[in-house]
Amino acid sequence: MKFERFSSQAVFLNRENIDTDQIIPARFLKVTEKVGLGSALFADWRSDPAFVLNTPDAANAKILVSGANFGCGSSREHAVWALCGFGFRAVIAPSFADIFRQNALKNGLLPIVVNAPTIAMLPANAHFTVDLLDQTLSVDGDSRILFPIDSFSKTCLLEGLDELGYILKHEAAIAAFEKAGTRA
Amino acid sequence: MPPKTLYDKIWDAHLVTPETDAPAILYIDLHLVHEVTTPQAFEGLRRRGLKVRRTDRTIATMDHSIPTISRSLSSVDAQAADQVRRLESNCIEFGVRLFGMDDRRQGIVHVIGPELGLTQPGQTIVCGDSHTSTHGALGALAFGIGTTEVEQVLASQCLLSRKSKNFAVQFDGALSPGVTAKDMVLALIGQIGTGGGTAHVLEYQGSAIRSLDMESRMTICNMSIEAGARAGLVAPDDTTFQYVAGREFAPKAEAWDRALAKWKTLPGDEAAVYDRTVRIDVSTLEPVITFGTNPGMSIPITGRVPDPANTADSGARARLEGALKYMALKPGQQLLGHPVNVVFIGSCTNSRLSDLRSAAGVMRGRKVNPAVRVLVVPGSQEVKRQAEAEGLDRIFKEAGAQWREPGCSMCIAMNGDQLEPGESSVSTSNRNFEGRQGRNGRTFLASPLTAAATAIEGHIADVRTLGGF
Ligand code: SF4
Repeated sequence: MKFERFSSQAVFLNRENIDTDQIIPARFLKVTEKVGLGSALFADWRSDPAFVLNTPDAANAKILVSGANFGCGSSREHAVWALCGFGFRAVIAPSFADIFRQNALKNGLLPIVVNAPTIAMLPANAHFTVDLLDQTLSVDGDSRILFPIDSFSKTCLLEGLDELGYILKHEAAIAAFEKAGTRA
Repeated sequence: MPPKTLYDKIWDAHLVTPETDAPAILYIDLHLVHEVTTPQAFEGLRRRGLKVRRTDRTIATMDHSIPTISRSLSSVDAQAADQVRRLESNCIEFGVRLFGMDDRRQGIVHVIGPELGLTQPGQTIVCGDSHTSTHGALGALAFGIGTTEVEQVLASQCLLSRKSKNFAVQFDGALSPGVTAKDMVLALIGQIGTGGGTAHVLEYQGSAIRSLDMESRMTICNMSIEAGARAGLVAPDDTTFQYVAGREFAPKAEAWDRALAKWKTLPGDEAAVYDRTVRIDVSTLEPVITFGTNPGMSIPITGRVPDPANTADSGARARLEGALKYMALKPGQQLLGHPVNVVFIGSCTNSRLSDLRSAAGVMRGRKVNPAVRVLVVPGSQEVKRQAEAEGLDRIFKEAGAQWREPGCSMCIAMNGDQLEPGESSVSTSNRNFEGRQGRNGRTFLASPLTAAATAIEGHIADVRTLGGF
């Protein structure tokens, strides 16, 4: 699936170090499918009726804004599947945990790194536009914030490139490596 | 050639294609598979009509959702049982070797890798599990991956990867009695924070690491991910080689000699440069225990819970307040004497024979406080057999603790072993996140010694006043 420009409201979670056990508690990991996990997203926090994901606006939001070190802890890709299942297409945070970031990119969920002071100034009810080609986040059609992404990940997302396909194109190199038998 | 670190050497030796604008293609020596993070990966292979490329480098076991009360799937819910059966059928279909629930080699994936000699110095190892960092204790580059990557490795034995930075963690000095490897790593995470190691590979060095046995080194490498580092490493030495020698899958005879010669070249060059270094003098450490909702929120066991009012940064203050509220703790209170409902001794951090021995030492001839439910869950069938051969199981049972079958159990609470809402535990596992051990459960992470002392006293206790270690 190709990643296209989109606009949406955002849901704000003003919290750092949100771990993947919060994003999807372990009791939901007994599934054997990737789909249908949106309802398990932040399941424990959602038991509080006042939690932001329970507000009517959240249902249509495609952007989640969080504090630093988002997605730390367990490597469970279910966390990304749950975010995507709920309808999110991008997460904005000052930093992401390494494994989460990889998992997100592989599922077309864009991790957008924006520094904390800038995040603190994002207006709550604004309309955000995410343009990956330009690497910009605009707020109410204005104030464009540039965000970084490596060119490989960008191309993969924009062209809907499949990483496994990419690896398998290097079959000759893999076979040569195995033949060289540098392994014990 | 520029001087290299241990990490640099392993990385370079596994490059199928180097890193350019595109990530490197890294060859994977050993892929460990378990039931929770792989069904969707096998399904992906099926959809694409692909095979497992190297069934000889792929090993499966089951640990996360299996019962520990017995080996009958009737003691877990239908979904967990289905996941276990799915792994069995996937392994048969794709020709992957499985150490299933009744196999004598079954256990927590990060316990059995080293124990069986599958994990060897200089290897690259991946598993769909963040605590794969454990295997770094043997000088292997080992890290957790997501399910999409599991599928990629199954199909190609390769992974797209970008090189991390080198981070030296220097532990010097001698540990005081009652202070362990668990306390060392909790102290480190407390110091650098749960994001402190992000984008780095930690290499644990120094005299305090050299004098640790392999199982203690595994405890430390295990929790690298809790500092945000994907991998942790200890350079292999004689302790490492003696540990690997003779294990089931370790090289034998001439192959051993060849391997050993190679392993001896792995330690980083004298002049190797690290992007970051921290030093910790372990001789000043007390037993460490967490009070909050991430592994970086810890205090010395005799210390007091921090007061948010003394925290200048508003974000940090709010985090601390939230954690204390969740944990039902008061600012400035001591943890010593704080009552708990459960003590859990187990997990890939602390479920090996030496961990069980130290817990048993404290519990020998004593009784568990009747207010506390105590679970002792060995990390593998082999650990269980050895513990029973030494009579450790009797010590635990006579003390009033439950002696279980091997598995992840209450570390992740997927199999029914869990805290009830509002209950609290002292746990030898690695994560104290909200709800990790059961919805609204409260977790205090500590060493097996602290856990055993707490089991006896019925409240958080300092093993040094109890003795038996
Ligand atoms: S014991 Fe806990 S941390 Fe270790 S593999 Fe199992 S669930 Fe993960």
